[in-house]
Amino acid sequence: MPFIDYYKILEVDKKASEKDIKNAYRKLARKYHPDLNPNDAEANKKFQQLNEANEVLSDPEKRKKYDQYGENWQHSEAYEQQARQQQQQGRQQYNYGGQGGGFEDFGGGGDFSDFFQSMFGGQAAGGGRQSRYRGQDFNAQLQLNLIDTLETHKQTLTVNGKNIRITIPAGIENGQTIKITGHGGPGVNGGPAGDLFIKFLVDEDPRFKRKGSDLYKTIKLDLYTAVLGGEITAETLTGKVKVKVKPETQNGTKVKLKGKGLPVYKKADEFGDLYLTYDILIPTNLTDHQKKLFEEIAKS
Amino acid sequence: MATKHLITITDFCVYHHVEDTFIHSLHEAGLVTITEVDKQTFIPESELQKLEKMIRLHNELEINVAGIEAITHLLQRVELLNDRLQQMNNRLVFYEHD
Repeated sequence: MPFIDYYKILEVDKKASEKDIKNAYRKLARKYHPDLNPNDAEANKKFQQLNEANEVLSDPEKRKKYDQYGENWQHSEAYEQQARQQQQQGRQQYNYGGQGGGFEDFGGGGDFSDFFQSMFGGQAAGGGRQSRYRGQDFNAQLQLNLIDTLETHKQTLTVNGKNIRITIPAGIENGQTIKITGHGGPGVNGGPAGDLFIKFLVDEDPRFKRKGSDLYKTIKLDLYTAVLGGEITAETLTGKVKVKVKPETQNGTKVKLKGKGLPVYKKADEFGDLYLTYDILIPTNLTDHQKKLFEEIAKS
Repeated sequence: MATKHLITITDFCVYHHVEDTFIHSLHEAGLVTITEVDKQTFIPESELQKLEKMIRLHNELEINVAGIEAITHLLQRVELLNDRLQQMNNRLVFYEHD
C-alpha cells in the first residue's frame, strides 16, 4: 500500500493554513468535478483523491495524525494501541496530544483509498463536515436501424466493463435519450451513484422518410394506372401491401395507409401512418400507333 | 397529447436547499424552463436533470449563474463534438471491416 502525499495532491505546502487548503481544494475541485468532466474516468479518480486529501487536511485532528506519522502511518495503529495500554497502566510514555483513539469510531469504508482506511479506520464520520458527492453521469450511444424501433426489445450493453440489460421501447426516435438511474459512476463519501444516459442514434432508412411515428414514401405510378385506376403493390416497413388507385389520379397525389407507420413511443398498439406520394411516369419510346392514339385523345 | 409531469418550485427548493430566486435567475438566463399554472410556478420533469446538475455546480463549487451559463454552453459544445467523434469512429470501424 503506497504512502499518499495529500499535500502534493492538493498542491499545497505542509505549512499551509486551513484557508489555503480550502482554496486549493476549491480550485482543483472546479477542475476535476465529475459534472464538468463527463465520461472522464481519470478526472473522476482525481476528484476522489482530492476529496480524500481534503477530508484529512481540513480536519485538524486527522491532519495532526497524518503529519505525526507521515510515511510511518502503517505503524500508527500499533503505536496507539501500545499507548492506550500504557495509559491504562498509568505509565504514559508516548504523547498523542489526547486523541484517545477517536479514529476507531469511523465506520463504513466508502470511496477512500486503502491508505486512508488503514490510517483512519475507514470513512470519516466527520460530524457532518465532509461533503457527499454524487457520482459521475455516464453517457453512451446506441445505434439502431428503423426496423429495430418497430418492437419493444431488450438489449445488453457493456458500459465501463459492466453489462446492463436495457429495454428499448418501440418507436424510439433519433437523438432520444433515456436515463438508467444509478448506473453511472459511484458516489463519493457515500453520495449517490450517477446515472447512465443512453442516446439512441436511429439510422435513416433510405426507403422512407420519418416524421415522428409517420413514414413518407414516394412511389412511381405508370400513366395508364393513374388515368384508368387499378391496383399497385406498395412497400411498407413490415412487408408489401396492395393499394387501390383511383381513376384520374393526379401527379403528386398523397394517400394515407393508416397504421402502417412506426409504433407511437410508449403507447402500446398505436401506430403512425404511411403516406405515399405518387410520381406519375410518362411513357417513353412510344410506337407510331401509340402516338396516334394519344393524338386522338388529345383531339377528343 | 403526452402527459407532462410538473414539480412545484417550492417543493424542489426545499428538497435541494436552494432559494427560489436562484431558479428564477437560471430561468432568466435561459438555462431552464419553468411554467406557470394558476399563478403557481412549476419545473417540468424534463428539466430536472440539467437543473440538478446546475445546483451541484452552484453548491459544491460555488459557481454563480454567469459561470453556470458559460459552463453549460461549453459542455453542450463538448457533447456535440463527442457525439460527432463517436459517429465518425463508428463509420471508420464500418469501413475498416469492409
